[in-house]
Amino acid sequence: MKTIRVLLVDDEEELVVTLAERLGLRGIEADWVTNCEAALETVKHKHFHVAVLDIKLPRMSGLTLKRKIESLAPDMKFIFMTGHGSKEDFEEGTAEAGDSYYLLKPVDIESLADKIREIV
Amino acid sequence: MSFLQRLKPDFWDYHDVASGPYKHLFNFRRIWYLSVLLTAGVAFVPVCFLAAIDYQVTQKAIESENVLRTSRLVSNTRRSLSFLLLERRYALHFLVKDNPLQSLTSPGRLDEVLKNLQESFGGFTDLGIVNALGRQIRYSGPYGLTNVDYSRQKWFAEVADQGSYTSDVFLGYRQSPHIVIAVKHQPLNGPMHVLRATLEAERFHRELMPLEQGVGVDLFIVNSAGVLQTPSRRYGRILEKMSLPVPKYASTTQVFETQRPDGEKLLIGYAYIAETPFILMVVKKKDDLMRPWYKARRQLITYLLISITSILIVVLAVSTYLVSKIHTADQTRVAALHQVEYANKMASIGRLAAGVAHEINNPLAIINEKAGLIKDLLQQQDIIATRSKLLAQTDSILASVKRCATIIRRLLSFARKTDSTFETVELKNIIENVIGFLGKEAEYRGIATILDIAPDIPPFKSDRGKLEQIFLNLVNNAFAALKDGGYLTFEGRKISENIVEVAVIDDGCGIPPEDIKRVFEPFFSTRTKQGGTGLGLSITYGLIQEIGGNIGVESRPGKGTRFTLTLPLNPDIKVK
Repeated sequence: MKTIRVLLVDDEEELVVTLAERLGLRGIEADWVTNCEAALETVKHKHFHVAVLDIKLPRMSGLTLKRKIESLAPDMKFIFMTGHGSKEDFEEGTAEAGDSYYLLKPVDIESLADKIREIV
Repeated sequence: MSFLQRLKPDFWDYHDVASGPYKHLFNFRRIWYLSVLLTAGVAFVPVCFLAAIDYQVTQKAIESENVLRTSRLVSNTRRSLSFLLLERRYALHFLVKDNPLQSLTSPGRLDEVLKNLQESFGGFTDLGIVNALGRQIRYSGPYGLTNVDYSRQKWFAEVADQGSYTSDVFLGYRQSPHIVIAVKHQPLNGPMHVLRATLEAERFHRELMPLEQGVGVDLFIVNSAGVLQTPSRRYGRILEKMSLPVPKYASTTQVFETQRPDGEKLLIGYAYIAETPFILMVVKKKDDLMRPWYKARRQLITYLLISITSILIVVLAVSTYLVSKIHTADQTRVAALHQVEYANKMASIGRLAAGVAHEINNPLAIINEKAGLIKDLLQQQDIIATRSKLLAQTDSILASVKRCATIIRRLLSFARKTDSTFETVELKNIIENVIGFLGKEAEYRGIATILDIAPDIPPFKSDRGKLEQIFLNLVNNAFAALKDGGYLTFEGRKISENIVEVAVIDDGCGIPPEDIKRVFEPFFSTRTKQGGTGLGLSITYGLIQEIGGNIGVESRPGKGTRFTLTLPLNPDIKVK
C-alpha cells in the first residue's frame, strides 16, 4: 500500500501540528502550513493526494484556495473543515466542494483518516 | 420637611442627563415659569386694564355728578332768592304807582298797606314814605321812625338816581339784621317820593334752610365784601367776614374746587344775584361727597384682588399639573430610551455571538486534537518515554482553555454592564477590548487596525459599559463601510487639561453630503435592507451625551469617514 500524502491548511498552528502528528500515527503522511501563500508554494514543489482546508483563512477563503491549487495540481482531492456550523456554510461548502468532503470542526480524527483513505 | 417643600412638584429639581443638545427643552422649572408668566400675564393684563378704566370712569362720573348737583342747587336757590326779592320790589313799585302820595300819607292808610303786604307776601317788617328831601314823612311799623332824616345816607342818593335799591344786611337803628328795599316814584306833576320797606334777614335764612340738605352742605349768602348775610355753619356767623375768599364775579352759576390751608378739599358753587349785592354760596366738603366713591373703590379693589388671587391659583395649579404631565411623559421617554439602548446592546451581543462562537471553536478544536493525541500516545506507546510529550499536550490544552475563558469573560463583561457606573478606565484598554471582539473578522477580511493613542492620556473616571458600546457601534459601522484590506485607525490625544479627543477613522465608502446631517437622527439608515434599524448612531449620540462628551462626523464619499469624540477626563465636566 502506497503512502498517502496530505497537506493541512489552517491558521491555527497548534491545531495543524497536532492533526499532522495524529494522522502520522495512522499511517498518513501529513504536511502543514498556516496560510494560503505557503500552501500554494508547497504544492508547487511536492505532490499531495489530498488537501485538508479550513474554509475561513486569512485574506483568502478555502474555496478560492482550492481553485488555485487545482490549477497547479489538477488531480488533487479536497476535504474542507469549518468552525462555522451554519446551514448556509454547509450548503455552500458541499455545493462548491463537489466530490469533496465537508467536515465540521472539531473533527473526529478517525472519520478524517477514513475519508482521506476513501478518497484516495 | 417644610410646607413649601411638600408642595414642590417632582420636576422642580429634576435634571435630564440624556436630553443632549435639546437640554433647554427639558428644563421643567423653566417651562413652568414660562407657562405661569404667560398665562398669568394674559389673564392679568385685561383684568387690570378694565379695573383701571372702571376706576377712572367711576371716579370721573361721581365727580362730575357732584359738580352738576352743586351747580343745580346753586341755580335753583339763586332763582328762588332772586324771585323772593324781585317779587317784593315789584309789589312796592305797584303800590307806589297805584296810590297817589296823598292817599298813602292819609292817616291809617300806610298801616293798612303794611298789613295787606304782610298777609299776602310776608316778610315785611315796616314801611315808610320818604319825601324828596330825604325825610320820612310817614312810617308804619314797630320802631317809631317817623321824621327820621335819610337825606345824607347813601341809599337815598342811590334810589334817587337808580329808581330802586336793595341794601346789604345791616343792624341799623333797630339792632336787628335786616334788608332795606326802596323804590322811587316820580309823578308827572310834582316832586318824587320814595317807598321804603325793610325785610328781616331771618327771612332769607328761612328760605335757604330747607335747601341745606345732605351732610356737610353749607348754604349761605355773602355780600360783595365777603360779609355773611345769613349764618354759615362753618365759615362764620351773620355779619362777620366769611373765612373763605370772595369768589370772583361771574354772570352765571360757577362751581370750582379749592383746597383750604389745612388741606381740606372743598367744592364751592356760587352765583351773583342780579341787581342785588348778594352772592349765593354752596360749600361742600369733598370728602363727604366722595364717600360713595370710596365705597365703590374699595369694592373694585377687593374684586380685583379676589380675581387676581383666583386667577393665580388656577394658573399655578394648571401649570403645575401640565408640566408634571410633561415631566411624567419625559420620564417615560427616558425609560424607553434606556430600553432602546439596552436593546441595541443586546443586538450588538447577538452580532458578536457568531464571531465569538468561531473564536471559541478554534481553541476547542485544538483541545480536541490535543486530547485525541494524548489518547493515541497512551494507547500505542510506553508512558515513561512519552511523558514529556504528554506534558506539552496538557500545557497546550490549558492555554486553549484560558483562551476560551478570556473570550467568554470579555463577552460577559460587556453584556453585564447596563447600569450607569463610573469607574477608572483606560482608553487604550477599552479600544483593545472592542477590537478584540471583532479581531477574527478583521483578520479574515484583511482589515488593519491601527491604534495611535497618546501615552499622556491618564486613566480617567467614566462609564466603561457605555464607552465600550460607543466604540463597538462606531467600529461596527466602520466594518460595514470598509472594503476587505481597508484600514481602521484610532487616534487619541489630550486637547486640554480635562478633555481627550478620540477619532475613529476608516477609509471606507464614506457618507454622501446629503446624509451627513442626518446620521445621528433616530431611524435614519441607509442599510435598512441589511437589517439596519437606524438607531445605532442615535443611541451612540445619546450615550456620549450621558457621559458628558460630544461627537462629530466628517466624511468624504469614497475616501472614508472620521468620527471625532470629545470626552471629559472628569465626570463632573461636560464638553461643550
